[in-house]
Amino acid sequence: MARRSRIKTLKIDGRDVGAHEDQTILQLARENNITIPTLCHIEGLSVPGACRLCLVEVKGWRKLVPACATYADEGMEVFTDSERLRSYRRMILELLFSEGNHVCAVCVSNGHCELQSLAQHLGMDHVRYPNLQPVRLVDMTHSRFTLDRNRCILCLRCVRVCDEIEGAHTWDVKGRGVDARVISDLDTPWGESPTCTTCGKCVNVCPVGALVEKGRAVGEMVKRQEFLPYLSSMREVKR
Amino acid sequence: MRRNGYRPDALIETLHTAQEAFGYLDDETLLFVSHALRVAPSQVYGVATFYHFFNLKPQGEHVCSVCLGTACYIKKAQKLLDFIEETYGVVPGNTTEDRKLSVLTVRCVGACGLAPAAVVDGEVVGNATVDSLRERLEGVLGK
Amino acid sequence: MTTIYEELQEQANAELQKRHTHCVRVCMAAGCLSHHGDTIKKALEAEIEAQGCQDDVTIKGVGCMGLCAAGPLVSVEPEGILYEKVTVEDAADIVKSVGNKPLKRLQCATNVPFFKRQVKIVLENSGVVDPESLEDYILAGGYAALDKALTDMSPAEVIDEVVISGLRGRGGGGYPTGLKWSTVAKAISDTKYVICNADEGDPGAFMDRSVLESDPHRVIEGMAIAAYAVGAEQAYVYLRAEYPLAIQRLKMAIRQAKRSGLLGDNILGSGVNFNVDIRLGAGAFVCGEETALMASIEGKRGMPRPRPPYPADHGLWGEPTLINNVETFANVAPIIRNGGAWYAGIGTKESKGTKVFALAGQIKNTGLIEVPMGISLNEIVNEIGGGTPDGSQIKAIQTGGPSGGCIPNQYIETPVDYESLSELGSIMGSGGMIVMDSSSSMVEVARYFMEFCKTESCGKCIPCRVGTAQMYNLLDKIATGKATSADLELLEQLCDLVKNTSLCGLGQSAPNPVLSTLRYFREEYLTKIVDATDKQSGS
Repeated sequence: MARRSRIKTLKIDGRDVGAHEDQTILQLARENNITIPTLCHIEGLSVPGACRLCLVEVKGWRKLVPACATYADEGMEVFTDSERLRSYRRMILELLFSEGNHVCAVCVSNGHCELQSLAQHLGMDHVRYPNLQPVRLVDMTHSRFTLDRNRCILCLRCVRVCDEIEGAHTWDVKGRGVDARVISDLDTPWGESPTCTTCGKCVNVCPVGALVEKGRAVGEMVKRQEFLPYLSSMREVKR
Repeated sequence: MRRNGYRPDALIETLHTAQEAFGYLDDETLLFVSHALRVAPSQVYGVATFYHFFNLKPQGEHVCSVCLGTACYIKKAQKLLDFIEETYGVVPGNTTEDRKLSVLTVRCVGACGLAPAAVVDGEVVGNATVDSLRERLEGVLGK
Repeated sequence: MTTIYEELQEQANAELQKRHTHCVRVCMAAGCLSHHGDTIKKALEAEIEAQGCQDDVTIKGVGCMGLCAAGPLVSVEPEGILYEKVTVEDAADIVKSVGNKPLKRLQCATNVPFFKRQVKIVLENSGVVDPESLEDYILAGGYAALDKALTDMSPAEVIDEVVISGLRGRGGGGYPTGLKWSTVAKAISDTKYVICNADEGDPGAFMDRSVLESDPHRVIEGMAIAAYAVGAEQAYVYLRAEYPLAIQRLKMAIRQAKRSGLLGDNILGSGVNFNVDIRLGAGAFVCGEETALMASIEGKRGMPRPRPPYPADHGLWGEPTLINNVETFANVAPIIRNGGAWYAGIGTKESKGTKVFALAGQIKNTGLIEVPMGISLNEIVNEIGGGTPDGSQIKAIQTGGPSGGCIPNQYIETPVDYESLSELGSIMGSGGMIVMDSSSSMVEVARYFMEFCKTESCGKCIPCRVGTAQMYNLLDKIATGKATSADLELLEQLCDLVKNTSLCGLGQSAPNPVLSTLRYFREEYLTKIVDATDKQSGS
């Protein structure tokens, strides 16, 4: 069956681009080598629109819109890198740093951390808010992996990959607001989880050092995410 | 549960029913619900902890909820909480050691015309004062 | 041939024949019930038997009479005598007085502005009909609008009337209801849903509770008309579990309507199917947000998702969905009965009709009122509300709850409509109106609302989750006199960030109480600021 998709023409940061009607602004920007920062988004999983880092301006629109969840439309003029957006993005990162414990120097993901590299890229060099110092527990009960909730940024990639790709739904979130925490099963220790398949997908999609393999020293944890587009397209085909 | 047809989307209804029957939701109940509705345990736990209405800890014999809606706040509901803490030594969200009284705060019971309001065992105490609340609490606790 | 609706009317009329010359109405809404309205009703019933006047007087439990401050309320009809603060001991005297001279000592004046200035559409049956009786509702003209819509009007004509009426969403946003309906009607799908948002989360508002407790059939009728107009067969009422009485009465009303063929398959013989189910909320303010509410009905954590896609296109279980709140649906039947033009004749140019407000706080006549749009705040709080209990000056009026703002006394002549209130940095909101006098510190009020938003934030998006927590800490620092002017600057920056970058309405409006108090009561903040430079030079 012939598939037909309409083409839309629009402008991103002054550049004329052409898009399929089912392409988001984020996909389109990446295709054209325009970088829009993201944390919760990962290609191949559902789009929560939660981190708000990919907000962009559209000419004539009152509100900022998330690039990950906004589709390209005819005649749109998108701005991805205004001073206002950069300032908001820095503040959002500051808030994240004030929420958890993000001491890069002692983190196994140092140098391979999406949060760290975004902070460097966006020039967030200090945090003006006091740390919220939440009580967040570390779970080391699993034989191969560790969950350090202090480093968690609640992007929920682990929850989504476990549910949408692995199909185990071991992970979910308990509580709400600043008290929200990633949990396995009934907040039972990960090592005792009857649903976990130890597939390790959650560890590899985690953008920071919250989910890591055991036995890594500082800076040694490198995540491998190449599997995701392949697996998610396989699932699409099966459906 | 049967009435809800074991549908996964009946999770919240089922938790309401379970809490009505058992007073609170323990791990065993949550696991049972998880299996029956075929919803992952973590999802059941996530839902049960998201909504304030569900208790994962057993409640005391009597429950006193003090409303902290805006109208009650303006009418100094905090004084009622201070009184309860002084008299019964229990802060909101907790139960006295003898498991007689649980104290909760709620966000508006919709009795703003009678602010400040408290609810003792399902009955609203309107225009509550320290004295009227003491009277009601002593009434149910039997002093 | 008589239609099913005419049969229902006949049955109700037969019921009327049994009625007596006098009717004593006892308020059985939550407010008066907490003052033992139910035992007063029993005492009155016993007294009627004791005095042997069962043939002349009936006792009827009715919904909210409005003036909660003076509860428990009892009225004697048809004279329209209202008694306030009734006790069980008064029962004998009240029964004796029926048909004779009213009891002066209990009488509550009804020719005062509180009663005379109100225009009742949504509350026309509140305190008049027995909420537990379908016949009573039909006798008051109930379900006539549904019958009219189903037999005489096409769905498009129903929508046209709603468009002409100019009705706007009463949940707070003020989105034109007719436009919403026509969008859902246009969506092409075999399955569509109607949702009634009765998750009245705004602390300080109790309009929806009162409507559901006093006149539940009105909401069902409104939903049925909406479902016919947009082409839906299934509706859900998302109702707070904190309102047990409203749940009980709505459940009863749904059962009655099903039995009488007003719900179910082929309603009123029209060939149209329509069902209503109740879904209980479980204590989450964020579930007032449309997408979070739908997630909750689907049995999930009540987390909002980005819009678009809008519920009208991709709603409950991915199907086109119409969401309106209780008060909006309660306006529908009168609009269809009397025509959209009649409704549009009330109110202002942009805000039509009436609005129900819950008056609370430092005000004499706390309770529920319904007024035409465009009435001034002054008329509401001073004339109808009777001002503060001790006659002191009003400092500010809070509307819109945690998403609204504090309007200072200097703007008291402002007309109440969607645009005027948002120009002042507040919102119409769902109808909570809290009056504050000088005993309330505005910094503390802002802190109170921020604490509310912090605990009610779902935790999904970063600006709302962490931003509200940090704003709360800053407000606490200011309120306790530990903050510097740098903290105030940080607070203002955070307000801007959270307002503009949050995912849903909760976060986007969370800074409003702070912004409005900063706008009108900035000096209260400034007097609490300890300036860092002064401190250093002083030490």
